[in-house]
Amino acid sequence: MTHNFRFSGTGGQGLITAGIILAEAAILDGKEAVQSQSYGPEARGGSSKAEVIVSDETIYFGRVTCPDVLLVMSQEAADKYSGDTNEHSIIVTDTLFVKDVPGRCGERVDLPITHAAVEACGKTLFANIVAVGAITALTGCVSDEAIEKAVLARVPKGTEEANKKALQTGIALVKNR
Amino acid sequence: MSRTLLLQGNQAVVEGAVAAGVRFYGGYPITPSTEIAEQLALRLPQVGGKFMQTEDEIAGLGTAIGASMAGLKSMTATSGPGFSLKQEMLGLACIAEIPVVIVDVQRVGPATGQPTSPAQGEVMMSRWGTHGDHWVIVVSPSSVPESFELTIRAVNLSEKYRVPVIMLMDEVIGHMREKIVLPDDYQGIEAASRKTPSCKPEEYLAYAADKEDLVPAMAPFGSGYRWHVTGLVHDETGFPKGTPAGTVESLNRLHDKIYNHLDDIVTFENYRMDDAEFAVIAFGGAARSAYAAVNLARQEGLKVGLFRPITIWPFPEKQVQEIAGRINGILVHELNYGQYVLEVGRVVAGACPVSLYGKYDNESATPQELLAEIKKAMKK
Amino acid sequence: MGMEQIAEKYFRPGRLPHIWCPGCGNGIITGAIARAVDQLGLDQNEVAMISGIGCSSRSSGYLDFNTANTLHGRALPIASGVKMANPALKVIVASGDGDCTAIGGNHLIHAARRNIDLTLVVYNNSIYGMTGGQYSPMTPKGSKATTAPYMTIEPSFNLLELARAAGATFVARATTYHVPQMVDAIAKGIRHKGFAIVECVSACPINFGRQNKAGAPAKMMEWQRDHAVMVAAWEKMPAEKKAEAQAAGKFPIGVLYETDAVQEYTEAYDGVIERARR
Repeated sequence: MTHNFRFSGTGGQGLITAGIILAEAAILDGKEAVQSQSYGPEARGGSSKAEVIVSDETIYFGRVTCPDVLLVMSQEAADKYSGDTNEHSIIVTDTLFVKDVPGRCGERVDLPITHAAVEACGKTLFANIVAVGAITALTGCVSDEAIEKAVLARVPKGTEEANKKALQTGIALVKNR
Repeated sequence: MSRTLLLQGNQAVVEGAVAAGVRFYGGYPITPSTEIAEQLALRLPQVGGKFMQTEDEIAGLGTAIGASMAGLKSMTATSGPGFSLKQEMLGLACIAEIPVVIVDVQRVGPATGQPTSPAQGEVMMSRWGTHGDHWVIVVSPSSVPESFELTIRAVNLSEKYRVPVIMLMDEVIGHMREKIVLPDDYQGIEAASRKTPSCKPEEYLAYAADKEDLVPAMAPFGSGYRWHVTGLVHDETGFPKGTPAGTVESLNRLHDKIYNHLDDIVTFENYRMDDAEFAVIAFGGAARSAYAAVNLARQEGLKVGLFRPITIWPFPEKQVQEIAGRINGILVHELNYGQYVLEVGRVVAGACPVSLYGKYDNESATPQELLAEIKKAMKK
Repeated sequence: MGMEQIAEKYFRPGRLPHIWCPGCGNGIITGAIARAVDQLGLDQNEVAMISGIGCSSRSSGYLDFNTANTLHGRALPIASGVKMANPALKVIVASGDGDCTAIGGNHLIHAARRNIDLTLVVYNNSIYGMTGGQYSPMTPKGSKATTAPYMTIEPSFNLLELARAAGATFVARATTYHVPQMVDAIAKGIRHKGFAIVECVSACPINFGRQNKAGAPAKMMEWQRDHAVMVAAWEKMPAEKKAEAQAAGKFPIGVLYETDAVQEYTEAYDGVIERARR
C-alpha cells in the first residue's frame, strides 16, 4: 500500500513541517517514507508545497506524480498544484481560503482547518497540525500513537499540549463530518 | 544499537563525515548544499572538530587543504558556481596529493542558473574541471542512506590514495528526506587514514611512493618530518626537476595510483540486469526515476534493467563493455543535455545502440516519462 | 649566529643558489625570517611557512621548515587551515605585493579580521617580478610597468592601514636596508598572538628599477635608507613636518601598531568547542 500526499498552501503555513511530521510518523510505524518540498523564494510567501510518500515497500521515485491526497490551504495553491490529480484523488480544502479546485477528484473534503485551529488553540499557526490530524483520520496511513509522537518530537517546547489539542481537533473534524 | 531517522541527503553527508573522522570543514554557503555547512557548524565542535565559514569558495577548499596538510581529515561542500571557483585548488590537491573531499550538490547552471532545481550538469566538469592532466575519483549517491555510506567511502578513498574525491550529488538527493538507520556511535565504522612515514625524518622523501600502491606516505605538518608541498611538477623530493622525463614519470604515477586500482575504486549496482535485454544507465538522483521506470517496464513484460554507476569516474569501463556485449541497447538518462552518454558511447564503441534521454527542464523525469523514452529507444 | 651558520641550519641543503636576480631584496627578507626564527629559539619542526606564487613565494622552498608553495594569492587560506588544524605551529606566510594585495586581497582582509595567529611577511618590491614587470596595487602611481607603458594611473594601497582597518593586531614595516630592524619586526610578529603583518620594502632592480631608471641595486637601497624614518622619530614629528615627509615619499618603519585586546581566532574557536560540548 502506497499513499501519495501533497500539502500545498502559502509559505509560512507550516506545510513543510506537516509533511516532515507525517513522514516521521510513518517511519515510527516501520514504514518507508520520502519527503520533498519546493525551495527557494517560492517557499517564502507565495505558494509552497511539501510532498510525502508513505509505503510498505521501497520507494524509488521520490516525487508525487498523482496525489492520492491533495491538501490545499490557499486558492493560489489550489490553482497551481491540482493539475495532476485524478478521479481517485481526495482533495482536502481549508474553507477559509479555498473556493474552487480545478483538478479532478474522487472526493472533496472541505474543512474549516484554520478556523478550528483558532477556536481550539487560539492561533492560526496550529492549522498545519490540525491538517495533519485530519489527513491521518481520513487515510489511516499512520497510527494514532505514531502521529502524536511525531508531532511532539517536532514542535517547540512548551507548545506540546496545544499541539496535541490541534491534532485531536483535526481528527475530530473528519470524524464529525 | 541504532537509530532510525528521517534525514535529508545533505544531513546524511554530515553524519557520514563525522563517522569517517572528518574534523575540519571550510566552506561558503551556497544553495542547495548549505545544510551541509550549517549542520557541520553544529556537529564538528561537538566531536572536537573545527568549522570555518570562509570569505569565499576558494578559501573554503584552501583551508581544507591546509588542515589536511596538518593532519586532519578535511572536507568542503558547494554547488555549481562554487565548484567552478574551487577548480584551481582542486588541481593543487591533485598534484600535491593532499587528501580532501569536495561535495558538489549540483543545481541548474551555468552561472546562477536555477539554484533550487535539480540538474547533473557537472558530470564532465567533475572529471576534467581543473586545468592540466589530472585524475580524481567521483562518486554519486542515489539515496539518503547511500549519502551517508558514500561520504565515508569518499573520505576513505581520499585518504588511501591521497587524491581529492568529489562527491557529486544533486538537489534531488541533497534535499530529499528519507529513512536512514544510523549506528548510535561511530566506533565500528571502517575509517581509513593516510599512511604516515616509518623511516627516520632525515630519510623522508615526501613523494617517494611505495611500489605496490604508488602512494607516498604523508607526514602531517608538525610531526617532525619536514617536507615541502608545491603545485609545481615535482620529483620524489617534492621539488621540481624540470626534465621532460621527470614530468612524465610524475604524471604517470598520479594516473596509475588510481587506474591500477579500479577493482577497489569502481563500484556500481546492477538492478534487474540478470535477464535484461535492454539497459538504462543512470546515477545519482536520476537513478531514482530509472528504478521506477524499470519496474514499470517489467510490469509490461519488457526485459529492462538498470546499471547504476556509484563511482562515476573512473568510468566503469569493463562493466559497461560487458553489458553492451549481451544486450540490445542502452539508454543513458541524465539531468543535462548529454554528458555521461558521450563516455558510454565511447566505451560501447558500437557494440549496441546507445540513446540519450537528457532532461534539462529543472525537474526530475517521472517514471512514466522515462518509460516512454525506454520504449522509443528499444525500437531503434 | 652568523649568516653561515644560519644558512647551514635553516636553509635546505641542495636548494641553493636561489632563483632571484642579482640585487634582488628577496634573499635579505628570507634571511631575516630565518634569523627571526633563530632569535626566538623556535624548533624548526614547529614552524610552518606557507607562500603563494611569485618571486617571493619561492622562499618557502629554501627554508627547512614545514613548507608549502601553494597557489597565486591563496597562501593565507591554506595557512589558516594549517593553523586551525594544529594551533601549536608557528605559521609564517610569505607573499609578494601582487600575491597579497591583488589576487589575494580578499583573503588578506579576512585573515586580518579574524585575527588568526599568522605572521604575514609581505615582500613588497612594488612590481610583478616573475612575470616580467607588470604593475601591482603597490606600484607607486606614475611608475612605468610593462602593462603601463604610459605610466600607472592607479593610486597604490597603504597596505598597513588597510590591514589595520581590517583587524590586524600587529602591524610593522621594515626595509631591506634596515636588516636588524627587519629581523626584530618579524620576530615580534611571530611572538605576537594574533594576525601580524610585516611589510618588507624591497627592491626589484631588474623589473621595476630598469623601467623606472631607479639605478643600480645599491642606489635603490640608498633610496630606502633615505626615505625610511624610524617610528619613534616619525611619531615625534609635528603634523606639518609629517605631511611634508609624506609628500616627499617618506614612510615610518618599525612596529607601528600592536594590541592584545582582541582574542585570537583559534583560541576563540576553543570556546566554540567548549560550548558545543556543554
